[in-house]
Amino acid sequence: MEKRVVFNGKLLPYLLLAPQLLITLVFFYWPAGQAVLQSFLVQDAFGLSTEFVWFENYQVLFSKPEYYKSMLTTAIFSSLVAFFSLSIALLLAVQADRHIKFASGYKTLLIWPYAVAPAVAGVLWLFMFQPSLGIVSQSMRVAGFEWNPLLRQDHAMMLVVMAATWKQISYNFLFFLAGLQAIPKSVIEAAAIDGARPARRFWTIIFPLLSPTTFFLLVVNIVYVFFDTFGIIDAATQGGPAKGTETMVYKVYSDGRSGGDLGGSAAQSVVLMVIVIALTAIQFRYVERKVQY
Amino acid sequence: MSDVRLQSVRKVYPGGVEAVKGVSLEIADGQFCVLVGPSGCGKSTLLRMVAGLETISGGTCSIGDREVNEVEPADRDIAMVFQNYALYPHMSVYDNMAYGLRNRGTPKDEIDRRVREAARILEVEPFLERRPRALSGGQRQRVAMGRAIVRKPKVFLFDEPLSNLDAKLRIQMRVEIKKLQRALATTSIYVTHDQLEAMTLADQLVVMNKGQVEQAGAPITLYERPITIFVAGFIGAPPMNLLDLPVTGLPGLALASPPSGPVTLGIRPEHLELSAEAGSLSLDLTVTAVEAVGAESYIYGALGGQGPEIIVRIPGRDLPAIGTSLRAIARPENLHFFSRETGLRLN
Amino acid sequence: MVERRRLLDFLPHLILIIGVAIVAFPVYVAFIASTWDAATISNGSMPLRPGPHFAENYYRTIFVGTSSSTREPVGTMMLNSLIMALTIAIGKIAISLISAFAVVYFRFPFRMTAFWIIFVTLMLPVEVRIFPTYKIVADLNMLDTFAGLTIPLIASATATLLFRQFFMTVPDELVEASKIDGAGPMKFFVDTLVPLSITSIAAMFVIQFIYGWNQYLWPLLITTKDNMQTIVIAIKKMIVTQDALTEWQLAMATAILAMLPPVLVVVVMQKLFVKGLVETEK
Repeated sequence: MEKRVVFNGKLLPYLLLAPQLLITLVFFYWPAGQAVLQSFLVQDAFGLSTEFVWFENYQVLFSKPEYYKSMLTTAIFSSLVAFFSLSIALLLAVQADRHIKFASGYKTLLIWPYAVAPAVAGVLWLFMFQPSLGIVSQSMRVAGFEWNPLLRQDHAMMLVVMAATWKQISYNFLFFLAGLQAIPKSVIEAAAIDGARPARRFWTIIFPLLSPTTFFLLVVNIVYVFFDTFGIIDAATQGGPAKGTETMVYKVYSDGRSGGDLGGSAAQSVVLMVIVIALTAIQFRYVERKVQY
Repeated sequence: MSDVRLQSVRKVYPGGVEAVKGVSLEIADGQFCVLVGPSGCGKSTLLRMVAGLETISGGTCSIGDREVNEVEPADRDIAMVFQNYALYPHMSVYDNMAYGLRNRGTPKDEIDRRVREAARILEVEPFLERRPRALSGGQRQRVAMGRAIVRKPKVFLFDEPLSNLDAKLRIQMRVEIKKLQRALATTSIYVTHDQLEAMTLADQLVVMNKGQVEQAGAPITLYERPITIFVAGFIGAPPMNLLDLPVTGLPGLALASPPSGPVTLGIRPEHLELSAEAGSLSLDLTVTAVEAVGAESYIYGALGGQGPEIIVRIPGRDLPAIGTSLRAIARPENLHFFSRETGLRLN
Repeated sequence: MVERRRLLDFLPHLILIIGVAIVAFPVYVAFIASTWDAATISNGSMPLRPGPHFAENYYRTIFVGTSSSTREPVGTMMLNSLIMALTIAIGKIAISLISAFAVVYFRFPFRMTAFWIIFVTLMLPVEVRIFPTYKIVADLNMLDTFAGLTIPLIASATATLLFRQFFMTVPDELVEASKIDGAGPMKFFVDTLVPLSITSIAAMFVIQFIYGWNQYLWPLLITTKDNMQTIVIAIKKMIVTQDALTEWQLAMATAILAMLPPVLVVVVMQKLFVKGLVETEK
């Protein structure tokens, strides 16, 4: 789509674009390029000489078990958060959709966690599950369940999953509710006349009609878990205990922090870039399909 | 003097499409000129070239004594009324009208005087502080006109200004536009695809087709003596009956003095009358449909029983039954003959 | 709905109320904690009702600061966060508006190239280029400055795409009317296009303000001085893991203060927020 009517101007459009392009080139393309270049280089321990080594950094990276561990952690983390935040949000959205009158009130009460910083969310949940003084972990201890996310990896994972899910429910709820409200009421009424009980109606009519929204949210949630949960992990577990909650993004950060292996760290960044590109591509294929509908 | 002169004006789009193929027109000072034609005939492009919204690929356009090919729209001393009004939605009616004057640095009290005067003429005074979205279609149309007249331009340009209004309002606004233009005596160019609008508004009517002017002149001249088949078919409602006559003639059709070669014969429905006699043109029809629209009625008949369809307009509501045979005749002065090859008028 | 049974009518409310309660619970606990003293919290006997130390804790948090980990009062940090969030939000909107304007309303060589350069940045989130970007900011001497904190985050493909999409829906006739009314491109931009875009701008502002306020990784790297800290990174620093020294009541007061501005923005400007969310995902 193009505008038919435009202005004349030779220099002006470039001036208008200059700030955006300048920032993009300096702070996006240059560092991204650096990362790619760096991932093909090996630097000696004193940073005195560098050598071009082709894919050696990648070979090293993919020969390390801890890299696979971070991949697995990311996969578990993403699937749990996506599953829980999508199902809880869908459950709530379906209930809200039944009472359109109150839907907007519940919306207000449910959407605000979106605005809470991930790091703050991490701290809130850490506080509730803090082994010695946390209000939830204490009640669990009374119930005979020893809870310690500071020592046990699975407990730590559950903690970050809960915090990340809590934050993402609001977003999913909004889109599910919008998706539900876009389903024509007549279709549901027709199903009711056809004798489908509410539960059956949901799985045979509503859920299939909602699938574009669900798919879209799935992709968005994975992107969210990959990149936006850094603050949650850093605040709640720092990737611990014993790297039990170290996702791929967190690993780039902590490896880079400890310094040393510049090339390996850069290779990790490049792998992440490839993943983002893939996810974005999927997202845009979806958008294209949506346009055709 | 604010006449508009177009000399061999052409518009070629970057893709090579020639939308306007050399149009020459003279629009006298104070004249109301209407460009009419089917969609895609180049009439809007021509108007937009006069406005300066499209560049002119060839030829010249002058307003007054000045050639304006390279002049910016704002400096051409024109005003334009758009089909969708193009009012600034975020500005009040007052500001919509004042915006152009402010941009030219007109003194504040002068702006105020002109806006209020225009508002009074167009009867939009009560709405001056409202936003366009709070107005009805007709009111928006008036504001769009107001925005044009406050500028006191040399030329008004109208781009199908009434086509977004409903039928009743369209007739009302048509009359008002005409009155206003008479009162202001400003040269106007008006684009429409509605031939009734064109006939009623125009001092000079220009029929365009495929990027060229088919005929220009007083509306009644175009009606009485169309010089091409296209104009003959385009002007008038219901349209003129056009019959391709082979040398051998057509069954059911009798001409007192037949032409020597193959021609297209034109006869307006209102120039046919039912008669048992033979006229200089006689058409024997079998009635296929009838329509009574009140003061007059239309009879649709197949020539010679199964030939081309002919429309006859008769006064009153005394309609024949479907299937009856009847004869329609016409006087010689109402017959139009066109060349089959060139489409040009022969008589 | 189709069924008219009372149980079915009430059940959704029940589920929703439980949902709302679970969502609100962590924040409630944090608020309660921010009204008790350190001792009550650390011996694990904090009740679930507000305590008597509200004023004291918030006063200390805002104006004095914690005793150990972060020496700056939270008031200063909130100011830093506010400056950062506003600069990022306004900056993003400003440069995206003008670049979308250039791409939509002009024809010039490399127009589509420029568009794609901006578009591809969607695929380069800060997390994947964090250290090279850090190095550039360090080389430009922008560490511990608001410029370093904000400028690298100001480029925005999302906002540019959103504004481009909106501009495409603005009728061409408005441009033509403006031309006839004697307005050049910049005058059209300021007098007509920006006022018309005002809801999109406001929706974008809500989203980007939250984005800016909640920045974590970037300020963590760029700021080293205490007086440049933002509230979101400070709260994490207040928690000394496995250490009883954490002043939880102050940390929780800080958490409440850290979420207050963005949450208020979302609740008060809910319509714009939803519009912004939906439109940026198109």
